[in-house]
Amino acid sequence: MSKVNRATATQSLSVSFTVGLYGTAFGAASIAAGFSILQTCLLSLLTFSGASQFAIVGVMGAGGSAISGIATASLLGIRNGLYGLRMAPLLKVRGVKRVIAAQVTIDESTGVAIGQEDLGIDAMKQGFWLTGFGVYLFWNFFTLLGALGAQAMGNPSAWGLDAAVPAAFLGLVWPRLLGKFERTLAASAVILAIVLSPIISAGLPIIATALLAVAFGWKVRS
Amino acid sequence: MNALWIGVLGTSAIAFTLKYLGHSIPEKYLTNPRMLRINTLIPIALLSALVGVQTITEKGKWVIDQRLAGVAVALIALSLKAPYFVVVISAAITSAVIYRI
Repeated sequence: MSKVNRATATQSLSVSFTVGLYGTAFGAASIAAGFSILQTCLLSLLTFSGASQFAIVGVMGAGGSAISGIATASLLGIRNGLYGLRMAPLLKVRGVKRVIAAQVTIDESTGVAIGQEDLGIDAMKQGFWLTGFGVYLFWNFFTLLGALGAQAMGNPSAWGLDAAVPAAFLGLVWPRLLGKFERTLAASAVILAIVLSPIISAGLPIIATALLAVAFGWKVRS
Repeated sequence: MNALWIGVLGTSAIAFTLKYLGHSIPEKYLTNPRMLRINTLIPIALLSALVGVQTITEKGKWVIDQRLAGVAVALIALSLKAPYFVVVISAAITSAVIYRI
């Protein structure tokens, strides 16, 4: 690999740090949902996918079963697989390197990689690896801090954590709501999930909204 | 093994499998534009639904409380293009203040 591009490194670091900080919210949310510190840290080390992690602690914390929690988290993790499809021909790695590349294939590493396209293939690869490792490092460090902090804090509601978690999610999805089409989908999903919540078991109302995504995506848009 | 451990390990195993599959499947299977489009929309629907459920439900019941105010403030902060941490902190402060009143 050639010399690391300065712009790529700067972008990788800032994305890694910003997203990593958010690990504090996950650590706290996970503890608030009843998971232990060890379980919380293992989720960040092994699952390493923010949305999936919030889903499993959100669903199980709300009284949902492990199966519905895993199903929701896994639906949210499907896009990492599709990022992998896109990153594989770029990285061209096998064996242990492929295992490591797969583990750090997330929104951020893929996003930064694609953002470096004008700078060439080397910069794209560097962006992927730097951001992947950077987020991994900060995310896990701040998860631990959040988990420890939350246990010392007592009732999460007294500190606003109960609102910080959905707000954090909203912040994640916000940049994706660029057009009216996406906003309509998001609003429909919120309404459907809330309406279904008292009717079907926790986790399923969220999974059900995947059908909305299929319906919205089926028709070809102009 | 209790349910939480099953959740932690199951989620992790499937999360990795999904990522690894992506790196292992030949590219030719991903050319269908409809599949690409649907996959882009699924996270938007699921994450939005999660926001809704976490904001106004509790254990399968509708509950309107300080969380709704917090998330409403976050929404305002986002529409004013506030940085990410400002969005999260403003929601937390709003909710905490109302909770303590």
